[in-house]
Amino acid sequence: MKNNPVLRVCSKVLFAPIILYGLYVQFHGDYGPGGGFQAGVIIAAAFILYGMIFSLKNLKKVTPPSVVHALMGIGALIYGGVGVVTFLNGGEYLNYNYLAADYAKGQHWGIILVEFGVGLTVASTILGLFMAFAGFEFSEFKKRKRR
Amino acid sequence: MAAMLIDISLVGFMLAIALMIMFSHRLFAIIVMSGAYSLISAAMFVNLDAVDVAFTEAAVGAGFSTVLFLAAMAWLPAEEKRDKALVVLPLMICIVVGALLLWGVMSLPALGDPSSVVHQHVAPRYLAESYDKLHIPNVVTTVLASYRGFDTLGETIVIFTAGIGVLLILTGATGRKPSDDDTKGDDDEK
Repeated sequence: MKNNPVLRVCSKVLFAPIILYGLYVQFHGDYGPGGGFQAGVIIAAAFILYGMIFSLKNLKKVTPPSVVHALMGIGALIYGGVGVVTFLNGGEYLNYNYLAADYAKGQHWGIILVEFGVGLTVASTILGLFMAFAGFEFSEFKKRKRR
Repeated sequence: MAAMLIDISLVGFMLAIALMIMFSHRLFAIIVMSGAYSLISAAMFVNLDAVDVAFTEAAVGAGFSTVLFLAAMAWLPAEEKRDKALVVLPLMICIVVGALLLWGVMSLPALGDPSSVVHQHVAPRYLAESYDKLHIPNVVTTVLASYRGFDTLGETIVIFTAGIGVLLILTGATGRKPSDDDTKGDDDEK
């Protein structure tokens, strides 16, 4: 679809605002609707749009699948890691009161970090799934099975 | 009254789309219409003041699922195989299950009834103390990430595990050394 000027120009114009909006939803989730789950999907949508217009090959150059797959685990680890930190600071697992000296600040930090982990996992999982689906080759699949 | 009118028109749209999906045989049209169906249910959640849920429904249901279906469509024929046989048993099952569901809905508490059981358990405590204790205005976020942090951790792990599972199936990684045993049972594959 790269040869269609309307699609090409629109996707280029939209790419940055979509990511910006995703970051807004991610970090403004404490004050308005939104949070990690929604932001993850929105940020992944920007890359999916890029992949649909400028071919999967170029998308894989921007977001290499190995990096995306690693980010899936890193997001979940950030979430679990926050729990371990509160644990080491003397509290219960995921009790954010123990993250900072002031418990309100601790809660704030905890929620932001946890939501960041969720957003990372959701965005990379969705992007990874899209790349796997779009790049699926049935003949390759059969060959790999037969090996 | 306005909310009621909006609800009725949204339900009308949803019914119309469901009927169109039932009677359409073109896969592309069906996928696009199911995306529209999701978008309308997202509008319905907004009308119920559940903006966070509406957000997720619009992003995942209307956006991402549609993209995935379209990607999967490349491997399917464009037209549904027409089946002219009369299907009595499935129709009966649908009618009976639908009637049972309607019967179940009758005994649900009225929408937004403050004295119903779900609004009596922990919700009043969360609403009362959330801002004073956590200084975060959005109660949905505090319940999701702080009060119910453990559940959300589980949710994140579920997404992670599901992603890994699908990736393993699609990329064909078996984790085993390639061997000749794998050729067995290849015949049932289409």
